[in-house]
Amino acid sequence: MSETRQGRVVKVAGPVVTADGMTGARMYDVVRVGKLNLIGEIVELHGDLASIQVYEETVGIGPGEPVIDTEAPLSVELGPGLIESIYDGIQRPLDLLVEAEGEFMSRGSAMPGLNRKKRWLFKPTIENGAEVSVGDIVGEVKEGPLLVHKIMVPVGVQGKVENLNEGEYTVIETIGVVKAADGSEIKLKLMQTWPVRNSRAVINRLAPNQLLITGQRVIDTFFPIAKGGTACVPGPFGTGKTVVQHQLAKWVDADVVVYVGCGERGNEMTDVLTEFPELKDPRSGEPLMKRSVLIANTSNMPVAAREASVYTGITIAEYFRDMGYVVALMADSTSRWAEAMREISTRLEEMPAEEGYPAYLGARIAAFYERAGRVNCCGKPKREGALSIIGAVSPPGGDLSDSVVQATLHVVKVFWSLMAKLAQQRHFPAIDWLTSYSFYKEYLANCFEDKDQADKMVALTIESMGLLEQESQLLEIVRLVGAEALSPTDRMALETSRSLREDYLHQNAFHKVDTYTSMEKQYELLGMIMYLHKQSLAAIAKGVSIEDIFKLPVREEIARAKYIPQEEIAKVVKIRETIDEQIGKCKS
Amino acid sequence: MLSIKEYQTVTSISGPLMMVEMVDAAKYGHIVDIELGDGSIRHGQILQVENDKVLVQVFEGTSGIDVEKSTVRFLAKPLELAVSPEILGRVFNGLGQPKDDGPAIIPTKRLDINGQPINPYARNYPNEFIQTGISTIDGLNPLVRGQKLPIFSGAGLPHDQITAQLARQASVLGHGEQFAVVFAAMGITFEAAQFFINDLHETGAIERSVMFVNLANDPAIERIATPRFALTCAEYLAFEQDMHVLVILNDMTNYCEALREISAARKEVPGRRGYPGYLYTDLATIYERSGRIKGKDGSITMVPVLTMPEDDKTHPVPDLTGYITEGQIILSRSLHRKAVSPPVDVLPSLSRLKDKGIGEGKTREDHADLYNQLYAGYARGKEAQELATIMGEAALSAEDKKYMTFANEFETRYISQGYYENRSVEDTLNLGWELLSMFDDSELKRIDVDLIKKYMPRFRNKN
Repeated sequence: MSETRQGRVVKVAGPVVTADGMTGARMYDVVRVGKLNLIGEIVELHGDLASIQVYEETVGIGPGEPVIDTEAPLSVELGPGLIESIYDGIQRPLDLLVEAEGEFMSRGSAMPGLNRKKRWLFKPTIENGAEVSVGDIVGEVKEGPLLVHKIMVPVGVQGKVENLNEGEYTVIETIGVVKAADGSEIKLKLMQTWPVRNSRAVINRLAPNQLLITGQRVIDTFFPIAKGGTACVPGPFGTGKTVVQHQLAKWVDADVVVYVGCGERGNEMTDVLTEFPELKDPRSGEPLMKRSVLIANTSNMPVAAREASVYTGITIAEYFRDMGYVVALMADSTSRWAEAMREISTRLEEMPAEEGYPAYLGARIAAFYERAGRVNCCGKPKREGALSIIGAVSPPGGDLSDSVVQATLHVVKVFWSLMAKLAQQRHFPAIDWLTSYSFYKEYLANCFEDKDQADKMVALTIESMGLLEQESQLLEIVRLVGAEALSPTDRMALETSRSLREDYLHQNAFHKVDTYTSMEKQYELLGMIMYLHKQSLAAIAKGVSIEDIFKLPVREEIARAKYIPQEEIAKVVKIRETIDEQIGKCKS
Repeated sequence: MLSIKEYQTVTSISGPLMMVEMVDAAKYGHIVDIELGDGSIRHGQILQVENDKVLVQVFEGTSGIDVEKSTVRFLAKPLELAVSPEILGRVFNGLGQPKDDGPAIIPTKRLDINGQPINPYARNYPNEFIQTGISTIDGLNPLVRGQKLPIFSGAGLPHDQITAQLARQASVLGHGEQFAVVFAAMGITFEAAQFFINDLHETGAIERSVMFVNLANDPAIERIATPRFALTCAEYLAFEQDMHVLVILNDMTNYCEALREISAARKEVPGRRGYPGYLYTDLATIYERSGRIKGKDGSITMVPVLTMPEDDKTHPVPDLTGYITEGQIILSRSLHRKAVSPPVDVLPSLSRLKDKGIGEGKTREDHADLYNQLYAGYARGKEAQELATIMGEAALSAEDKKYMTFANEFETRYISQGYYENRSVEDTLNLGWELLSMFDDSELKRIDVDLIKKYMPRFRNKN
């Protein structure tokens, strides 16, 4: 090993430290700062001066202290052991830190991201002597009950695989060697590393073609997100951004979920940590924790590590995508990430653009969301992976003209707009149906095996959205002249849209049945509400008075239908018969 | 080894900031003593070091400091609070120095006031209900141990009475548990601080309290340190002395203004309304110090108070606070005018942790459904009230009229209770049912049918 480059601190201003004697250092190299060995990253170079963003609190650091260049960019460790982990923004395992250093975060601790002692049973899936190159799967490790962790050939390795044996290994032991054409040998391990700021290579990218089912009615039915798609959830505080993110992390039909708590509340991460091991995945029946990786860099943890946390998260997510899995990444909140960028930029005395944010804000946000997508993964066997990103945005005062919201809207394909007004009415999820949008609606039909059902569902969504649109206009009139002045059909439209809002769009995240609704049940519930609407209109045309329709006892059954468990879905279907029966009894 | 170094090399002073040159081995964040020509001492903290140049913020302000005669001593340590169990019952100034006539604290320990972030993995989820005796909080926005729930107030609104009521009534003890109140006053008036202190005296809670008082006429920059002293004290009481600590920070708007003053003096690029871009992060380092820790008996529950300029919730201080805290209690000027006390604006108020702290075994099984229904009913009633102001009451439908009556009843009986009535959560819940009894069962869509049968007064009486 060559002599390590060592510089000297000359300036400390908050999280940014400047060091001299750094000739030859590269941008984004990781350095250790001061006697406390704080972790930092070079973000600017001027001659032999390097500006360093430090991932830990810098109190007590002063000029003259040493700065050591590790000559490697900020990287994460990828391998068995990621699942069920909780990391800080630079992949230090928080659970192990508690054991080692206590309940409060101390400084300068270096702990590897992957457990070095745990042994994993590795099973090769290729024969010795086979030619391998980057991305090829050489074997598998079963990680928990849900996930088969595929061991892939790292970048830059090519040749003939030898000595690959089944057995129990730690992540740093050699599982086999690859002999290159020039005779050199490279050892294969269960673990590989990857610099977080670079996206992992793929063969090519594909357009999304399938929805990521979330079990949230307003999302799946009206504003769906695709596997490999991007979505953003902006909204003022108290509108339920985090609950939406948590709900998605719980119920999406992804193989792996990476949840990045970026600059948010500590208790929210605790909530995830206490809930996920107990909640069962509706498909596998296993605890949700068995498919989750958590990154927690809460708001009071160092700001520079917050900046890194989304990159750490996305790199881990890409790694699982490369195995051919469907991965979903939730980042809560990207505004805090942008603020971290702003703080670092201010300390570097860069020229600010809008609201003090650096001029490269838009580019960084776009580059981050572009790491999502459905792809053909590198290597053999041929496989497809998908990575979806769902980012929360917290605009100041809920003002959507905020730079971060605008930069995000430029790149994402789904927009779930959270409204303070809906939240105040306790209508959750407070996703506004009039302003939200999704570019993935066309794939809704692919969710149903039955072609006929698929067509009907698409028609239902168009019809019901039409009613909700009509409602917003009718309410204007009602405000002026009162509901009595409307025609019976208009009053029926108002009543049905109220039912759509209260009985369909409104969904209780804390109710054990209502928290998740299958696509099948969504179809039945929506169909039922629209069926009542259609039958009522027909009855009104025959002269039945609208008051009689409003008094139908079946309405209460409809209101409570969403609480009928999935197993008893036949009960939902039966409500249509009750509708027929009761309308039939109305006198015209 | 830690020798204290003295310098007379002050080169410039501007606003609350002072530049000292030719300093050897100064450390970022450490504190300094400044001795003026007349022998008086001021305190400061290092904001930036560059080679041998050191930028110091002076807590007491720089008026009267001169470049030639002042001596700066580098104490080679961060700001610290001396703690011991005797700290209870004491009053300190905004810089943690005793302000009452009591003796100096003989410290068992000195703690860095900046603290360290709690490892998220070590946190225990806050789910223990605190009965505050205030219906709008207990019934609709329940407070739990370890939560941070701010009060968004405005000039002329009675937030002082509410915090006093909270401190008085929330101190109900469990079996063998200890309770303490830590109060940090930042730039509030003498009267407001005295009102609170007197109230604690009357109830005898003063012996279980620690005060850090920076009044409106005390140095503004000192306020930056005040909440950190208070929280360091709270952490000591909660996590080393196993107490349940209620921290009241009044008023955070003044704190933020002090922060803005420093930022402006440093010529930093301002964010919204001149507040620094790092205001969110800075506030988070204060608010996030509340909570519970696995394996520790104590907890820190925080009630910051802030006054919204022009009652504007989108002002940076309430806005960023709302993004960090777990809900907010908003006071309403119109309710205050109607003599509803405490004038809690129910609809925009929120407690994010309510769902985990209530229900069977904690409060009562009907709690969640009940507050959902009350909210929905009150929201609808408010709409009807607005409609009535536009079109006149006569134009309302019979149903709207009913909801409007409900909203009025709800305001006068449920929200309004005065500052000295201590309602048990049972009473609060029953009152909710009583108010809902004006509706038919089928209208109470948010409540489980079985619960209606069990708790609705008209069925209860039959049983």
